[in-house]
Amino acid sequence: MARFLVRRLLNYVALCLIATFLAFGLASLTFNPLAAYAERTPPPPPAAIAAKRAELRLDDPIPARFVGWIGDVALGDFGTTTTGTPIGEQLFSRIGVSLRLFALGTVIGVVVGVLVGVTGAVRQYRFTDYASTVFSFVILSIPVFVLAQLLKFGGLQLNAAAGTTILYFQGEVTPSFRGSAGAELLDRLQHLVLPTLAIALQQIAYYSRYQRSAMLDVLGSDFLRTAQAKGLTRPRALFKHGLRTALIPMATLFAFGFGLLLTGGVFTERIFGWFGMGDWLVYGIQRQDTTIVATVTLFVAVLVLLSGWLSDVLYAALDPRIRIR
Amino acid sequence: MTAAEQFLDPVLAEGPVLTVSNLSVSFPSEAGRVDAVRGLSYEIATGEVLGIVGESGSGKSVSSMAVMGLLPGSARISGSVRFRDTELIGKPDVELSRIRGRRIAMVFQDPLSALTPVFTVGDQVAEALQVHRRELSASAARNRAVELLDLVGIPNAGSRAKAFPHEFSGGMRQRAVIAMAIANDPDLIIADEPTTALDVTVQAQVLDVLKTAREVTGAGILLITHDLGVVAGVADRVLVMYAGRAVESAPVDELFARPRMPYTLGLLGSLPRLDDEERRPLVPIEGQPPALTNLPAGCPFTPRCPLAVDLCREVEPELEIVAMAHRAACHRSSELVRSDATDVYGVSTLAEAGTGEVPRGERPVVLAVRDMIKHYPITRGTVLRRRIGTVHAVDGVSFEVRQGETLGLVGESGCGKTTTLMEILSLTQPERGSVEVLGRDVTGLDRKARTRLRRDVQVVFQDPVASLDPRMPVADIIAEPLVTHGVLRSEIRTRVPELLRLVGLRPEHASRYPAEFSGGQRQRIGIARALALEPKLLVLDEPVSALDVSIQAGVVNLLEELRVRLGLAYLFVAHDLSVVRHIADRVAVMYLGRIVEIGEVRTVFRAPQHPYTQALLSAIPVPDPAVERARERILLTGDLPSPADPPAGCRFRSRCFRYTALDAADQRRCEQDDPALERTDAPDQQVACHFAAPYAVL
Repeated sequence: MARFLVRRLLNYVALCLIATFLAFGLASLTFNPLAAYAERTPPPPPAAIAAKRAELRLDDPIPARFVGWIGDVALGDFGTTTTGTPIGEQLFSRIGVSLRLFALGTVIGVVVGVLVGVTGAVRQYRFTDYASTVFSFVILSIPVFVLAQLLKFGGLQLNAAAGTTILYFQGEVTPSFRGSAGAELLDRLQHLVLPTLAIALQQIAYYSRYQRSAMLDVLGSDFLRTAQAKGLTRPRALFKHGLRTALIPMATLFAFGFGLLLTGGVFTERIFGWFGMGDWLVYGIQRQDTTIVATVTLFVAVLVLLSGWLSDVLYAALDPRIRIR
Repeated sequence: MTAAEQFLDPVLAEGPVLTVSNLSVSFPSEAGRVDAVRGLSYEIATGEVLGIVGESGSGKSVSSMAVMGLLPGSARISGSVRFRDTELIGKPDVELSRIRGRRIAMVFQDPLSALTPVFTVGDQVAEALQVHRRELSASAARNRAVELLDLVGIPNAGSRAKAFPHEFSGGMRQRAVIAMAIANDPDLIIADEPTTALDVTVQAQVLDVLKTAREVTGAGILLITHDLGVVAGVADRVLVMYAGRAVESAPVDELFARPRMPYTLGLLGSLPRLDDEERRPLVPIEGQPPALTNLPAGCPFTPRCPLAVDLCREVEPELEIVAMAHRAACHRSSELVRSDATDVYGVSTLAEAGTGEVPRGERPVVLAVRDMIKHYPITRGTVLRRRIGTVHAVDGVSFEVRQGETLGLVGESGCGKTTTLMEILSLTQPERGSVEVLGRDVTGLDRKARTRLRRDVQVVFQDPVASLDPRMPVADIIAEPLVTHGVLRSEIRTRVPELLRLVGLRPEHASRYPAEFSGGQRQRIGIARALALEPKLLVLDEPVSALDVSIQAGVVNLLEELRVRLGLAYLFVAHDLSVVRHIADRVAVMYLGRIVEIGEVRTVFRAPQHPYTQALLSAIPVPDPAVERARERILLTGDLPSPADPPAGCRFRSRCFRYTALDAADQRRCEQDDPALERTDAPDQQVACHFAAPYAVL
């Protein structure tokens, strides 16, 4: 098993390189990082532009530039943006922001999503089932930026009703806020509620649909009947034998869902003013910055492949039938 | 002990374990409420085995699920189920769960899905103990689970308990389920078709384990089955169900000897029997069981009953005493004393084949298979595939089928029967050996020639539901082979009704869709399609095993009649040896990709020489209680070895009872020499065994 997973991991390194190279190449071909300089008034002296050109190695062939960059990356140096700030610093601070933003929402989304799905399956064609179905379809059909705006609006109403600011909807913390550790944590939470809701609601809607059908498959199965015939009550049989088996097909979804969230939250990050990875990608494209785009792509590629790897591990942990000895 | 003796047995004095009275179950459906069980009453005494027999949809399983309280919430249940002194109907789940598994245990039909795939077998057995005895420690429960697994005959129970269900064979899983059932020493075990999904040799083992379970626990057993043979061997009393009701109940000998309800009579007559000496036509019961929505007044069997009179259409008969301990629900049951099914149902005798007079040796060979081999590689790795083993699916098989005869190919699942069929049907050169159809070697056929040859070789599949496209009307289904082979449209138009009539269907129904037909009728459609191109050879892959017995008889008779009328040759693959005994002229017994015995049916069944054939025949129950009780069963040990790793020397040696009885020198011969098929003294019989000796199993 361990050997199998290690081999998988090695395959992934190659895939990561290919994905990053494609993004790097595409960005290099289309971006013109010097455009911003050329439009300055007064225009900078040609010598300065030429120096910048040399610094960004724009005259080298793209593969050579890529090899140079990826070689540095391997040594821990991600290079600099066109304006000269080191990428590495930003990268890790932005990953931190994204993690803080999405961790809570994802956990809530998975747990509640599974519960809603299971309840819907067990009470199939009753009120709870219909209610959760309607909820899911409504949420899934609202684009995330609309949902986020609606939540913002709801937050405003709540604040107005309370007469004080309970929920913030811009940034991670109040910039000038200073207080005890507890007060600072509360401030962070007040900022976290709305974006977390935006993330969690979507995930609940999404996972509950899959969990419902996975559970329905299990509900009719003979082994549930056996468990009851042994003397387990129905709820216990459902929980111990049913849910445990119905979680297996969800493993892949969970793994990929979590991996992609960190980068898929472009809208959520932008709307709520969190400077995370999604925000950075958009910024990089606006600034025509190849290095930022390539770095984000590398990060996404690593995440996707890690998710795939994680889903293999999860699957093997959950399902004895596919364990390889 | 006969049922009459049992009647005086002191055990009975304890009173019944289970009393079911006037039990009714209905479900909602789009066509209205389905009355699955209608006023069922029976009781089971301590230690008694009651067999409930019926065809699919007769309500036998539903009624037992009602007893266990395991029906879905949508079911409406009325009547009474008393277990000892406790009324079970209407009890809440929490209270029922204290009885389930402890006082009443259950064994289900499909052992493949009856165990939770993600927990080890040992844990699942231990769970059955711990649910009811909280004080039991985890390690004590695990130890007891191992003891129980050992008791039901799982070898190395200690280590096997740590295995997951998918690492167990079907028979082993059913043993584990039985271990769970007896874990808490129950008073009643409900076994719902416990052997239906298993091979015959494994069935014999599992029935044996059930017998052990009964001896160990002293529990009453409610055995639900469609197999009258199983009932004959195991049950003390039998209840026959039809359309949700009990139509007859009697002690087992009485029921088989003197059935008093036309349905039971027909059911017994429709069974092909292993111990039939002469070929007799089976008794098909025309029509099909009624839909259980809005049943008309009167006896539900009326439309299929040869004895129906006006009264039957008006009043549904009650289950009344017709003889000592014998009840039947029929207005004319008194007239049925000592009746014969063939008389009552009026079956015509079979016409003998026109080719019957031509000796076999002079008839042309339709199919000749010589030393055919099909190996599947086991590979590992995705990019760099490498072979790490070989599955010897078919490993040197030779036989001939001549015009106008039926060769039955039998064996347990995994023996290579289906692979053999598929290799023949592909009409391509086999991995090794040769296939000749109508004297033409299929090696080197080009596409065109192969397509032409396909006209002569057609196939009927096992599953009549899956093998017909549900979106095509029957006329199109039957016309499809004709269209493919470029038959003129006008010709097709006359041919389709002809074919429908040939297989006993009405030409007016040509525009209907498969869903509108019953299982038996669908199989007839499949046969009509196979016959459309007037083939010389029909390959039949378990054509009747998915059908109920009363329906099966009709299809078997039809196949028989068609063979005689059209001079067809059949290659008939089946696991039911009784059917093969009935329909085949010659039989080939396969084991692990080899033919171990082949020959004329009467010879092979009367005096089988290979120990495997003997065990196989011995495992098949005969629907006759007296015969069953007198039979000595040869129980094979263990399961089929993996075809990827067959034993060296003789492949059957690992399960062979004759091998174990040999001395060391003779045993060595079995271990080293792979026996080849050799002629016996009989005119048409070949056996692959060093120590072949006839043994009358029946």
